[in-house]
Amino acid sequence: MVAEKNRSWGMVIDTDKCNGCSGCVTACQVENNIPLNDQNKFERGRVMSWIRIERYWEGEFPNVKARFIPIMCQHCENAPCEPVCPVYATYHNNEGLNVQVYNRCVGTRYCANGCPYIVRMFNYWEPTWPEEIRNHLNPDVTIRSRGIMEKCSMCMQRIKRGERNAGDQLQDGEIKTACQEACTTGAITFGDLNDPESEVSILAKSDRKYSLMPQLNTNPNVVYLATVDPYKDKNLGEKAKTNEH
Amino acid sequence: MQQRDNENRLSQEYTNSVLLNGTLQTPKWWPYLVSILGFFVVIGFVLFGIQIKYGLGVTGLNRPIYWGLYITTFVFWVGISHAGIMISAILRLTQAEWRRPVTRAAEILTIFSLATALVFPLIHAGRTWRIVYWLIPYDASRGIWPNIRSPLFMDPIAISTYLTGSTLFLFVALLPDLAVLRDRTTGFRKGFYTILALGWRGNPRQWKMQVVGGILLSALMLPIFVSVHSIVSWDFAVTTAVEGWHSTIFAPYFVIGAVHSGVSAVVTMMALMRWGWGWNEFIRPEHFDALARLLTVVATAWLGFTFLELLFALYGLDAPEIALREMQIFQYPWNMLFLTFLLTGYILPVPMWIFKRIRTNIALMFWSSILVNIGMWLERFLIIVPGLARRTPFVFTWEAYSPSWFEWYILFWSFCWVTLLMLIFSRVFPLVPLFEQKESEVFSDDIKIGRATVPTIFREEEE
Repeated sequence: MVAEKNRSWGMVIDTDKCNGCSGCVTACQVENNIPLNDQNKFERGRVMSWIRIERYWEGEFPNVKARFIPIMCQHCENAPCEPVCPVYATYHNNEGLNVQVYNRCVGTRYCANGCPYIVRMFNYWEPTWPEEIRNHLNPDVTIRSRGIMEKCSMCMQRIKRGERNAGDQLQDGEIKTACQEACTTGAITFGDLNDPESEVSILAKSDRKYSLMPQLNTNPNVVYLATVDPYKDKNLGEKAKTNEH
Repeated sequence: MQQRDNENRLSQEYTNSVLLNGTLQTPKWWPYLVSILGFFVVIGFVLFGIQIKYGLGVTGLNRPIYWGLYITTFVFWVGISHAGIMISAILRLTQAEWRRPVTRAAEILTIFSLATALVFPLIHAGRTWRIVYWLIPYDASRGIWPNIRSPLFMDPIAISTYLTGSTLFLFVALLPDLAVLRDRTTGFRKGFYTILALGWRGNPRQWKMQVVGGILLSALMLPIFVSVHSIVSWDFAVTTAVEGWHSTIFAPYFVIGAVHSGVSAVVTMMALMRWGWGWNEFIRPEHFDALARLLTVVATAWLGFTFLELLFALYGLDAPEIALREMQIFQYPWNMLFLTFLLTGYILPVPMWIFKRIRTNIALMFWSSILVNIGMWLERFLIIVPGLARRTPFVFTWEAYSPSWFEWYILFWSFCWVTLLMLIFSRVFPLVPLFEQKESEVFSDDIKIGRATVPTIFREEEE
């Protein structure tokens, strides 16, 4: 029944609109019951965040420019994390999502080694929250125990709720992910890539489109739009030019 | 007791009494060593329990260095296990006579190191208590089968096949010795050996079946010789995204490295057997000499593969791959480890083995074989960790790895555990095969060629 819908959920991220405010990171943290990151986690390199903003500096002073790129699970069609899991804890579902099944996971962390984008998180400890926050956890999302992997699910709970509420008449743009809602500049667009009229499909055909690490042939469902650089013709332009193919 | 008969051969009674001195009597040091090792082993189990209770946060692992000391040690012990198959199967099929006194020790080393290697994925996994879900290929509770594409699922299958084969092989080779023990013990132990000896009386039919069984098992186990460590290497080789792991040469490279470390571990064991039980007349400098010659060849082939691996990596002129190699070989602290690895794995021990005086010097052979295994452990570490600690384009994920004392203890524990198991085994079964020893005494002779006396082996050829 689900297969008939033939959906392929995807995302388009316009890096030109991203100002690196980290609103999406916080929204994701709240929506998906991700434990808070304290100093110890940063020091030990065990930060949990399903979406992160990578920052790159370009150019020499005074013509220096910060570039931001939000990175989350790319939901690759040809995902390197999937074949290596011995227990099928991660697999591709028929809606184009790379799914993590927490109950099956035994924590070999093999998928995380396979992932070229390093977006898979491992629960080294049992997750804990301060008492005040415990009452604010999202009841739609499982709390992951220690010893298992987790990663961006493209707000699976929102997709399911949207489908349930709309029945057959699911309109494009009806389902919004948490990061998309939180993005002040509207850099993130979510939708069905198989629907040729959806906003994501139109945006994904843009001249500015590119995907991360195309040389690995992972075929991600997350498409990035390159920055439009006003300084392109000046001394900074070289990198932006290569991005715009 | 008369040690040698008229033809200057060790008498069978003498052989029995000396080689059973660790089995029928308890060596003085045995109880002390076993209790000390037992203490360390118990602490290891307690620490493992703590890790299960609180999670893998007790290790020094992080993101993206998800695999560390545990997997390194896993690969190391699988490597050590190649000693058994090399010495008892390949040397048996090629009729290398000098293998005889070390076959059993090598087999035991194989079995216990494999059992230890099998434990490491359990220690390493996040939810050890669910491991039964993937180790048993049966869809009992989940309705789905394990993922056969994953090398991590092929690992337990290959290793348990090897373990089963080695155990059968060991048992077949133990049968005549079990009968010897049965005839020399009383009470509970006699009953135990009687059951295990399967009614062995040493008649020609039984001997024939025992020999045929041994040869068949060696031949059947030959494919495992290639498969086990190849599969372990695929754990790394199939990850397209990790530079330094994604290499096509890994399977043969790992196999030859495993033989290098495994045979060195047998040398270490032989020295310890001489010192611990005083079997100087059975484990002789000639055996060290022969093993060191074998090791020289294996080590040199392995060194060739080490450089080929680098060559394969650099041949593509892929920038991230070159950056990784630059880090692995030239950047601190990896450069120190790399230097130690090259020195201990090849440069120090192997040129020593060129000289016969060193090859027949037990203490030097002992220490050089230990050096090799330090180097081989570092080899695995230098493959696994720099690959994960590579500088990806995503700067916010760059991390370093420093193993916690917990991981170091589990590494130490694995050595205590293997040694403890071998010591307990030595108290129940003879570590040097009595019948093989006697057989070689019967076959061997000295012939005079001119003024020189040359030790030779006589075999009856079937017409």
